[in-house]
Amino acid sequence: MKPGMEQTLETTLTVNGTVVTRRIPARQHLVDFLREELGLTGSHAGCEHGVCGACTVRVDGRIVRGCLMLAVQADGRRIDTIEGLSDSGELAELQEAFHRRNALQCGFCTPGMLIAAQDLVANEPGATREKIREHLSGNYCRCTGYQAIVDAIEDVLTARRQKA
Amino acid sequence: MKAPPFAYVRARSLAGVFDLLEQHGECAKLLAGGQSLIAALNMRLSAPELLIDITRLAELGGIQLRDGLVRIGALTTHAEIERSAEIRKHLPLLAQAAPHIAHAAIRNAGTFGGSIALADPAAEWPACCVALDAQFVLACRAGTRRVAARAFFKGLYATALNPQEVLTQIEIPVPGPEYRSAFVELALRRGDYAIAGLAAVARNTRGALSDLRLAFLGVGAAPALARGAMAAMEGKRASPDAIAAATQALAKDLDPGPDLYSSAATKMQLARVLTGRALAALAA
Repeated sequence: MKPGMEQTLETTLTVNGTVVTRRIPARQHLVDFLREELGLTGSHAGCEHGVCGACTVRVDGRIVRGCLMLAVQADGRRIDTIEGLSDSGELAELQEAFHRRNALQCGFCTPGMLIAAQDLVANEPGATREKIREHLSGNYCRCTGYQAIVDAIEDVLTARRQKA
Repeated sequence: MKAPPFAYVRARSLAGVFDLLEQHGECAKLLAGGQSLIAALNMRLSAPELLIDITRLAELGGIQLRDGLVRIGALTTHAEIERSAEIRKHLPLLAQAAPHIAHAAIRNAGTFGGSIALADPAAEWPACCVALDAQFVLACRAGTRRVAARAFFKGLYATALNPQEVLTQIEIPVPGPEYRSAFVELALRRGDYAIAGLAAVARNTRGALSDLRLAFLGVGAAPALARGAMAAMEGKRASPDAIAAATQALAKDLDPGPDLYSSAATKMQLARVLTGRALAALAA
């Protein structure tokens, strides 16, 4: 290793509204940092190469793969995890619909599913079932067969359209 | 798995990037969207000593239309291209291709330039750039040079980029008002790697196609221009006979190898199917 090259960096980020400063190893991805350093274990590390979607979090308002972003890259960014989005009530309708429709069994994929689903519900209120499936194509569920998940998201979209 | 240890520097300027590339040579890697690189690090398929994070270099972002050219900064994300009204209007091929790239969460991070510099054989943007006759701006300390997309892709993950160069911008000429485009792709599941895909552009003069560009992805080590099929279709309408002649010519244009799931024969057949669909769309 040549001098002057840092393998750990002081990093300041905002996680669920709280400003956090830590010295972080460059090799640590964002989800491991959230889980191991901050104890926020709702974001799951599944495949760790961007395929399964269980690590989905929001960075500056947009969903990303938490396993494909280094924690040091989050310096100055705003991170929202399933914990924060649950506590704020933003996901309440989806959570209720997932519960009602049995849209989860083991629950491993559920935090990522909810965050990905909310991205669609918030940005595409007119989304069809096909669009729902397309939007969730990056989130694996090995239990449900997806049908109930699509049903739950469709329920929320329909209810919102009726209210509007 | 977890990435091996490496050092990390957040670049503040392109000059700083050139310094680091000169000092560290091939032991350093540029980190853009990271959607392929960080996956490769996590799987320990790559073990650089140093990552140079270029994502905060504002001069590498943005989409601008000037003098009949759309200039796309290398750090423009797939999602920015997907949402861009300018792109939809002037380069509809890119808007058509964007939804095929992985998934929403990946499109929010992955970059146009990163995809081009990586040159994955199943990637959408390299084939689109070949079809649209794009030029790539490659910068190093000595200055910049432009390389045509058709000369840039050399093979499997191999490009004309030198180790000390950075892809900074992609310049794409706006096709004239008579031009149509089509992007068609077959994958096992939406967002998966393409088994085969086709980026197609042509002038449509009352149904007759000319100046065709048919650039395939997923059927070779690099984007493949189907010159025989393009010539077979030149000046023709998309009649069943003309489409049959074009798809027959593909046998000489393409030489697909098998991948994990599809044989060479399957890929060839799917390339013919895609050609028929694309030509019909261009002539519509």
